[in-house]
Amino acid sequence: MIALIVVLSAAIIVSFTLPVFAQVQDTAESVGFIEAVKEIPVAIKDGFVDLKDDIYSVLIEDDNYKHITNGLGVTLEITFFALIIGLLLGFAVAIVRSTYDKTGKLKLLNAVCKLYLTVTRGTPVIVQLLIIYYLWLGKMGVSETATAIIAFGLNSGAYVAEIVRSGIMSINNGQFEAGRSLGLSYFRTMIYVILPQAFKNVLPALANEFIVLLKETSVASFIAVKDMMKGANALVGFTYNMNIPYITVALIYLVLVLALQKLVGILERRLRNSEH
Amino acid sequence: MNTENNTIIKVTGLEKSFKSVEVLKGIDTEIKQGEVVVVIGPSGSGKSTFLRCLNLLEMPTGGSVEFDGVNITDKHVNINKHREKMGMVFQQFHLFDNLTILKNITLAPVKLKRMSKKQAEEKAMELLRRVGLEDKANAYPAQLSGGQKQRVAIVRALAMNPKVMLFDEPTSALDPEMVGEVLDVMKELAREGMTMVVVTHEMGFAREVGTRVVFIDEGIIMEENEPEEFFANPKSPRLKEFLSKVIV
Repeated sequence: MIALIVVLSAAIIVSFTLPVFAQVQDTAESVGFIEAVKEIPVAIKDGFVDLKDDIYSVLIEDDNYKHITNGLGVTLEITFFALIIGLLLGFAVAIVRSTYDKTGKLKLLNAVCKLYLTVTRGTPVIVQLLIIYYLWLGKMGVSETATAIIAFGLNSGAYVAEIVRSGIMSINNGQFEAGRSLGLSYFRTMIYVILPQAFKNVLPALANEFIVLLKETSVASFIAVKDMMKGANALVGFTYNMNIPYITVALIYLVLVLALQKLVGILERRLRNSEH
Repeated sequence: MNTENNTIIKVTGLEKSFKSVEVLKGIDTEIKQGEVVVVIGPSGSGKSTFLRCLNLLEMPTGGSVEFDGVNITDKHVNINKHREKMGMVFQQFHLFDNLTILKNITLAPVKLKRMSKKQAEEKAMELLRRVGLEDKANAYPAQLSGGQKQRVAIVRALAMNPKVMLFDEPTSALDPEMVGEVLDVMKELAREGMTMVVVTHEMGFAREVGTRVVFIDEGIIMEENEPEEFFANPKSPRLKEFLSKVIV
C-alpha cells in the first residue's frame, strides 16, 4: 500500500511540476522573479485544473476508460490460463527431469524436456509469441487471445519446471525412501510426500515467476491482442496524451502485483503450519 | 510358501557394488519367523547396505533375496507389494515433515487401500496409545523429540501389518537419554513375536533380545551365533578385536 501511494504521488508530481516550471520561467522573463514566484501557487492550481480536465477528456469522456478496463479483463484472462498451463507443464517437466536424475529412467522424455527448456529459455518471449502466431496457430485460425495464452503458458512452463525441480531436489532423499519402504510407488511418493514439501519451499520463487508472467503478457499487443497495453496504446493514439494512459496502466499492473503478493503471503503462512 | 520351516527371508549369494567399490561380497542367510536377528559390525562393513538390500532400497548387483517364498530381486516382481509387508525404521526417522503424526501413520494404509480412513485412524490411535504418544496425533514431526519421532516411525511401519520389521541403526541419532524409550518399544515388539532384523551398536539389546547375532565385516558374514555364545566365545580374530573395542 505504501509503495502504491509513493508511486501515485510521484506520478502526479511529475505531470504537474514540468508545466508549472515552464510557466514560472515565462512569467519571470516578462515581470521579474518576485512576481513569478508569487505566480507559483496559481500555476499549481492551474496544473491541477488541467490535470482534472485531461483525466476527464482522456479517460472519462466517451467512456474511453473502457479501452483499458476491457483490456484488463483480457490481460487477466491470458495470465490466469497461461499460469495454469505453465503450472501443469512445469510440474510434469520437473517430475520427468528429477525422475531421470534420481533413477535414470525416462531417458527419452528427459531429452525432450531438456530441448524444450533450452529453446524456451534461450529465446525472448516476444519472438516465441510472434513465431507461434505467424508460423503456427495464427495460420490455423486460432484467436489472438488463445494464441497468447498458449505462448505464455509454454514459456512460463519452462521457468516453473526448473523452479519445481529445484524444490524436488531440495527434499531429503530419506523422505523418498520412507515412502518407498511403506510400499508407495515412486509416483505416489512423489505426489503425496515430495511435491507438497517441494511446493512449499519454492512458493516464493513461483510467486516471482507469476509476477513476471503477469507483466510480460503486456507484449501480447504485438499480435493485436486487445489487452490492457493495447487499450492504453489506442487511447494515446486518439487523445494524443501520452501521460495519462500509460501511468494509469502502470498503476493497475502495480495494484495487481500487490494483490498477488498478498495472496501468496497468505498461502505461504498457511503452508508453514507444520514448522512450529 | 516356505511354511514348513518358517523361513521369511532367504538371502543367497547377495552382492552389492557401488561403481567399483564392492560393499557386499556374497552373503547367505535365512531369517525365520519370530527371529530377532541383530546385525553388528564396524562402520563401512556393509551392514546397513545388507539391510537396505532386503527391501531393495538398494538393488543388489548379484545374488537373490527371497521374501515369503518369492524372489523379489526378479525384475518382474512388483516390489511395492512386498515392501508393504516389510516395515522399515531409519536412523534419521524420516517422518513426512508436511503431515501430522496421524497422517504420517495413515497415509500408506489409506492410499494403498489396505484400510478405510476410519479403520486406519483407529489402528493408528491404538498403536500410538501403545507407545504412549496418543496426545501427539495432531502434532507435526518438527514438534517432537528424537525419541518420540522414532517411536512414531515404528508405529508408521507397524500400521501396514508387516511380516518383518527392518531397523537401520534406530537409536544412533538419538540423545542418550532417549535411547531407552525406543529400545523398550522394540523389546515389546520382539516379545510379541515380531520377526525383526536390527542393525545396531546397542550390544545390550543384542544380548537381551536377539535370538541370533550376525557379525558382518568386509562385506561378508564373518560369524554368527546365538547371543550368549556369540559374546562369550567369539571365534574369528576380527570379531574378538571388534568386541574388545566396544563396550559390551
